[in-house]
Amino acid sequence: MQKSTDKKYTYQPSRLDAATAQHILVEIEAFNAEYCAVLDAGQVELWPEFFTEDAIYRITSRENADLGLPVGLVYAEGRDMMHDRAVAVNRTQMFAPRYNLHIVTNTRVVDVNEQGEIQAEANFLLIETLVEGPSTTHLAGLYYDTFVRSGDKLLLKERQVIHDTNILANDLVYPV
Amino acid sequence: MYQSQTVIGQTLRSKDLPLSECKWPEDHLHYIPDWVYVSQEVYDREMELIFRGDTWNFVALEAEIPNAGDYKRSYVGPVPVVVSRAEDGTIHVFENRCAHRAAEFCRESHGNTKEFVCPYHQRSYTLKGDLQGIPFKRGVNKEGGMPKDFRNEDHGLRKLHVTTLNGVVFASYSDKVEPIEEYLTPEILEDFKVTFSGKKLKILGYYRNELPCNWKMYHENLKDPYHATLLHSFLVVFGLLVAGNKATMFSDKVHGRHGYMASAKSEDKYATVDEANKKEMRSFHEGMRLRDERFLDFVKEFDSPWSVTMQTIWPNLMVQREMNTLGVRQIIPNGPHSMIMQWTMFGYEDDTEEMTRHRLRQGNLMGPSGFLGLEDNEAMKFVQEGIRRSTTDTNVLKLDANKVGTSESLISEASIRAMYTYYRQVMGF
Repeated sequence: MQKSTDKKYTYQPSRLDAATAQHILVEIEAFNAEYCAVLDAGQVELWPEFFTEDAIYRITSRENADLGLPVGLVYAEGRDMMHDRAVAVNRTQMFAPRYNLHIVTNTRVVDVNEQGEIQAEANFLLIETLVEGPSTTHLAGLYYDTFVRSGDKLLLKERQVIHDTNILANDLVYPV
Repeated sequence: MYQSQTVIGQTLRSKDLPLSECKWPEDHLHYIPDWVYVSQEVYDREMELIFRGDTWNFVALEAEIPNAGDYKRSYVGPVPVVVSRAEDGTIHVFENRCAHRAAEFCRESHGNTKEFVCPYHQRSYTLKGDLQGIPFKRGVNKEGGMPKDFRNEDHGLRKLHVTTLNGVVFASYSDKVEPIEEYLTPEILEDFKVTFSGKKLKILGYYRNELPCNWKMYHENLKDPYHATLLHSFLVVFGLLVAGNKATMFSDKVHGRHGYMASAKSEDKYATVDEANKKEMRSFHEGMRLRDERFLDFVKEFDSPWSVTMQTIWPNLMVQREMNTLGVRQIIPNGPHSMIMQWTMFGYEDDTEEMTRHRLRQGNLMGPSGFLGLEDNEAMKFVQEGIRRSTTDTNVLKLDANKVGTSESLISEASIRAMYTYYRQVMGF
């Protein structure tokens, strides 16, 4: 199979002037801090609220992204699917208790289009701690995001979680 | 965390038995000794007698390597191999080890090439695994170089036998393994051909995860329909599998090594569970409903009485047809306490864009984050930990006692019994 010619998940230089980018960057960093605080606190049923009604959310490996393959470890079309996943994880699924800790850095604002949609990226590390286990790097990768404005706040219209981690340790329970 | 990151978790020495001390319990049908899951000597013998024995090992789907020069890395048991398509369209499988100094030369998971070149001393091999070129073969200024009697044809890569069946590629170390159709046995072959009818596949992507458990547990889990109705409350809530649904746990009639767990979904989207069954199912959640029900849609695309089949093909392949989400899972054993699961999800080349998206949406059931997948992984991890660290030493299989093989009841361990009856024969236990 051949590498995809899709440029979506490759490096794109920022097309914004420094002052505009800096202004938006501050908002996105605050958004991501709140997003991660919700997940790290185990409040998974609040997680869909960071997305628009018709948002796309996908977690997939860098290998799939490079090959242009569409599969997701998690693949949600719309906030309702995210809600269903959050409820399933929180109320029906069996798994060992764990703590999650997200570290999000290197946030970049790549572009703002005519409709005001913001294209941004950030690096993330997900540290997992199981009962009587060490704290380990569970997933490492990038967020490829599209934000829109809704009133005075940002919402995700799309979040593609592309992880470098090639062999996942056992499973991935919560969204990233 | 990976198995290798375990902090508390030494295996009791008394369970890591040498082969000479491995004695199966007397009531051999109803007990499995812990040492089959933890003994290094048992594991080594399995690799020799099972994965390198008279078996066909899944290595690839043809759709992954459609063109001449396409290749992918794969595994037979724990041994890294390369699957390659030559100029004449034939498929070849050889060990990923240079015949010179053993370097694992193929590093990319997929690609297209005209030849394989070992990066260490630039030996080159053809797409069929034959030695093609050696730099400075005749030396420099008539000094050094290979001896005159060195014949390239004696120094190719270690090649395996290859067979294909409707787009699925298998490899074997054995000279005497039967043809693949016969290997699968008639009923397994029939179910296999539902998913693999010869229609061209479209690869949708990969998942890869480590399960910190013995490789056999994955087979057992898919020969254990009892757990599905209890552990996977998601299935139960949404009526994908309910004790009482039309279902079967089939074991192949020749050896009992292959099988499939199958069920037929009722017409209603959500299951009704009667009061008596409800009491038995602690995880049942009354009134759970999805906000986005597209996820549960079942597009009837196959001529089969079953809406779900999970097929286990000995020793390393699972074929998943869970409504419209299709995939193969390849087991890569990684020592007694670990296995890698390599998932390849697919649809068909003639799928509409909407059908592809439907498969992707329904894919949330499966994989390392799937509503079913993650619970299995957790449960098997718990079992391996329990086995390694406790002082009792047998697993008890008394459901549907004395029965070996196919069962129409989900409350049965007859199929696991069939697998171990075959296993004991092969392993000499």
